[in-house]
Amino acid sequence: MSVSTIFEIVLAAVVLGLGIWTTAVRDTYSATVGFVVYGLLVALIWVRLDAVDVALTEAAISGGLGGVLLLGAAARLQDAKFMAADTPGKLACVSAAALSLLAVAALMVAVFLLPDSASTLAPAVVANAWTTGLTNPVTNVLMAFRAMDTMLEKVVLLLALVGVWSLAPDGAWGGHPGPRHQADANGVLVFLARLLPPIGMIVGIYIFWTGADHPGGAFQGGAILASMWLLAIMAGLTDTPPVNSQRLRLLLIAGPGLFLAVGLGGFWSGAAFLSYSPTLAKPLILGIEIAMIVTITTTLALLLAGTPERSAQQ
Amino acid sequence: MTAVRVFGVCAALAVGLGLYGLITNPQPLRKIIAFNILGSGVFLLFGVIGRHGAAAGVGNDPVPQALVITGVVVAFAATALAIALLLQLFQRTGSATLCNDAPRSAGPDPPGG
Repeated sequence: MSVSTIFEIVLAAVVLGLGIWTTAVRDTYSATVGFVVYGLLVALIWVRLDAVDVALTEAAISGGLGGVLLLGAAARLQDAKFMAADTPGKLACVSAAALSLLAVAALMVAVFLLPDSASTLAPAVVANAWTTGLTNPVTNVLMAFRAMDTMLEKVVLLLALVGVWSLAPDGAWGGHPGPRHQADANGVLVFLARLLPPIGMIVGIYIFWTGADHPGGAFQGGAILASMWLLAIMAGLTDTPPVNSQRLRLLLIAGPGLFLAVGLGGFWSGAAFLSYSPTLAKPLILGIEIAMIVTITTTLALLLAGTPERSAQQ
Repeated sequence: MTAVRVFGVCAALAVGLGLYGLITNPQPLRKIIAFNILGSGVFLLFGVIGRHGAAAGVGNDPVPQALVITGVVVAFAATALAIALLLQLFQRTGSATLCNDAPRSAGPDPPGG
């Protein structure tokens, strides 16, 4: 057994241990912290699986932004009454365990019986990379070969945001999401919120830019930019924008809007919806990605900021 | 390719763990966390099968990788919406419970996705 195999087994065991603890621990806040650590270690598994693009996404979005979201919710729900009557009975627990074990067994059989000659689309992706001028295969799939998925995913993000906003009470309709944060002006949080954003913005834009040829891209970069904006909001240096602002809404539809326009342009230039001509592919993809990172940053930050709670006049 | 086996088992167990937590844990926030564990197990299965399909100098089939990146972002959006709903439920009723006089009706239906 090689050293790397031992490392893999230890990593898998720690991840599963954290998963069990997250599921079993009584205190909800502890479970949330457990899940954040779990998400970051799962990112390490992705690195071991040679999928660095996914590892970056998992760390930035599941571990980072998802962690902030869950911790915020856990803190606000701390006074919630826990009803013992909701707890399922022994029979329900045993059946749930049996069902889960059945699912685990079926998946394990599937993993162990994977055919030796794997079906894979990697050669096709590499062979067609010249049509876009980008060398990162994952970015090629996201932005060109399966561009429809990425475009519709932006629409899903917007629909989720519309859902979150539409929960606002009448008094706060169209107002600012979340509470107005205030922090000690000489405290550590304010200091970090002044120090980190310039660095974080450079890192975020670099990860976005390098995504054309190396691991990275608009999602990962956008998540980092969104966290920098949220840091400034949480330190009270700036406020969340009112959600009825026209400028904000323009930013939110910039990504999917441009994507759709370029996609329809594919009809005009010849082939099909969302087809790029090889000579224009790289500038078109880059243009879409720039509009997309703006939209992703704004959408992720506003999803985290939550439902409007204060009217726009305040 | 021991990584495929080791992490394949890990992914399958994460799916089972998430499913169990989703059904048995009565608190909505814990259900949301369990659902995310279930989701991360499913994504890992994609990664394991993509790793198995490494070819042409690419260490992991890029198509499942792209699908997982899309999936992670959509899962985040769904989690954000679920948490917004939960916080509204708590703000309007003062309690965060799914049970309203018919305790068993809320239990068996959550999986679905």
